[in-house]
Amino acid sequence: MTTDLRAVLTEPIVRRNPVTVQILGVCSALAVTSQVATALVMGVALTATTCASNVAISLIRGALPRSIRLIVEITIIASLVIVVDQVLQAYAPAMSKQLSVFVGLIVTNCIVLGRAEAFASRSGPWASFLDGLGNGAGYALVLFAVATVREVLGTGTFLGATVLRTVAAGGTYEPVDLLLKPVGAFFLLALLVWGLRAARLAPDDEEAS
Amino acid sequence: MNGPWKILFEAMFAQNLALAFFLGMCTLLAVSKRVGTALGVGAAVVVVQVVTVPVNHLVHRHLLSAGALAWAGLPDVDLSFLSLIAFIGVIAAIVQVLEMVLDRFAPRLHRALGIFLPLVTVNCAILAGSLFMVERRYGFAESVAYGFGSGLGWALAIVVVAGIRERLRYSDVPRGLRGLGIAFVVVGLTAFGFLAFSGVELR
Amino acid sequence: MGDRRPPPVPVRPSWFARLRALPPDDPKRTLLFALAVAVVCATVVSTTAVALRPRQRANREAERRVQLRDIVARLPGVEALFARTGASEVETLAIDLATGAPAPSVEAATFDPRKAAADPTAGVAIPGDLDVAGLERRARHAVVYVVKDGGRVEVVVLPVEGSGYGGLIRGFVAMRGDGNTILALSFFEHLETAGVGARIDDPAWRARWQGKQARDPEGRLRVGVATARLDPADAPYQVDGISGATITSEAVGNLLRYWLGDHGFGPFLRTLR
Repeated sequence: MTTDLRAVLTEPIVRRNPVTVQILGVCSALAVTSQVATALVMGVALTATTCASNVAISLIRGALPRSIRLIVEITIIASLVIVVDQVLQAYAPAMSKQLSVFVGLIVTNCIVLGRAEAFASRSGPWASFLDGLGNGAGYALVLFAVATVREVLGTGTFLGATVLRTVAAGGTYEPVDLLLKPVGAFFLLALLVWGLRAARLAPDDEEAS
Repeated sequence: MNGPWKILFEAMFAQNLALAFFLGMCTLLAVSKRVGTALGVGAAVVVVQVVTVPVNHLVHRHLLSAGALAWAGLPDVDLSFLSLIAFIGVIAAIVQVLEMVLDRFAPRLHRALGIFLPLVTVNCAILAGSLFMVERRYGFAESVAYGFGSGLGWALAIVVVAGIRERLRYSDVPRGLRGLGIAFVVVGLTAFGFLAFSGVELR
Repeated sequence: MGDRRPPPVPVRPSWFARLRALPPDDPKRTLLFALAVAVVCATVVSTTAVALRPRQRANREAERRVQLRDIVARLPGVEALFARTGASEVETLAIDLATGAPAPSVEAATFDPRKAAADPTAGVAIPGDLDVAGLERRARHAVVYVVKDGGRVEVVVLPVEGSGYGGLIRGFVAMRGDGNTILALSFFEHLETAGVGARIDDPAWRARWQGKQARDPEGRLRVGVATARLDPADAPYQVDGISGATITSEAVGNLLRYWLGDHGFGPFLRTLR
């Protein structure tokens, strides 16, 4: 049982990573990664939401009528996201402004709903909590990786502190603006998936495209 | 070009929900393997978006925003924090109603769109359309224009990507890049192309 | 033979037990379940929102005050000015935008420009062709901040706002007492893209505004942001836009043109000359 639970927690971090393997939660994985700070906050917000919603749904899984299953799950998730959003607005207003609509979009984030449907609706509360933690951590890891590259090479900073002095600030580094645009994020994610598959940390696709 | 038309064109191209804001990616990646299915999902998204954004605008203006409940004698109430849950509820309800209406009045279309309609409910692009509408303080006419434009833009993106991916089926893609990887590259290049629209000034 | 217990009397199960005995898909049970979920979620959400609202409001207010203090503190020569005048803070002044004259009836401390703009009497619609900042409505009055030396206004700080790429951009522009020279520009609220449009917060870009004039010697409004090549003839009035952030750059130019123009603070700035 203990090994099972440990697998529940650690599998989603790399081997069954929600973004690169399960292909969930990609939207926000690209949108908020132009800075490491916003990426980390988003990762924490999603992890918190997934854990809480997994536990909640796991607790009511016995009594939940089939016909309203999906809408009840969405309602619970939406309520939790509102709470997270309100807390962010109260205790980290600058960050909340930068994340703007994307905190709200956690409601439709495939990871939260996906794990609720696939795992929490048929597992106990503690396992569901760990599953939420594992998937959240995997998601945060991908976000962190992409954001690091985008921020360091795109603006020369890391968490706001200058790492590469840009030409505009009197240094010699010409920032790669393209990394800050959507294009850059897409390409980085493609390279990340390729790298993971080459290192045998993710399964290949059978079809060509 | 006045307000609503400008909003429509900007939503379709320069501020494309899929290619500029990365919204609806899960669905886009999963469904853009064939042009036929892409057209189906795209059509469903357009219809749902053009209905939900204006409806959510009315809900927000007359029920949720600060002072909106003045008509009910509660001018000091501000329910805007409920926007998220209200919008998703409206979206789910409208999709359900749409399904029933199509089933009754256009059964062939209903069979064609089939499983795509429920997928549309959890498409982040739909919810984002309503959230952006609130953030940018659009009026009713502008909401209609934005719903139409953003839906069309998303549909356009998914069809273009599907067209390219269909062609790539017979290409020699490196093994690690097959499937998900090359899909990201294709979407990235399409996004790159659409980037050019941000330099277009609509007068 | 021991005590024989009497046969158990059938007890009617409680309504709750009867509810739980129903099959999960029974309509009555589904309805009650849905209702229960709705009530619980509504309570949690509303409680959180109401409890955190004062703090959120305080945050917004604090942010605005910090920005104001910040923009004033960075003005060139402001310390000397404060030392000379004996003042340590800016003076608040409520004005009527249409005439530029002081409006003593408006309570400056609690004035909310966004709320006033939406109000049918306290606000006014901006005609379409004049609405370069995309605001649709503005308040009839505004609260500005001045630093005086003797009776003369040395520095005036004006709140400005306009429609940007992601949402509303709000900030302050500080001007010299001549009502024409810009000393500093600072934004305390915006939703522009990090690393792109958000670079309007970069000290390097903000520094470019120092010394720019709003109007030329003939009185024509020429302030703005150049998104293409900056014409040397426009250099005293305009600043180069941020590359890759065309929409945001134009938005800043537009909002300055509106607020420093005749439908904004124009009349007020004329009273200073």
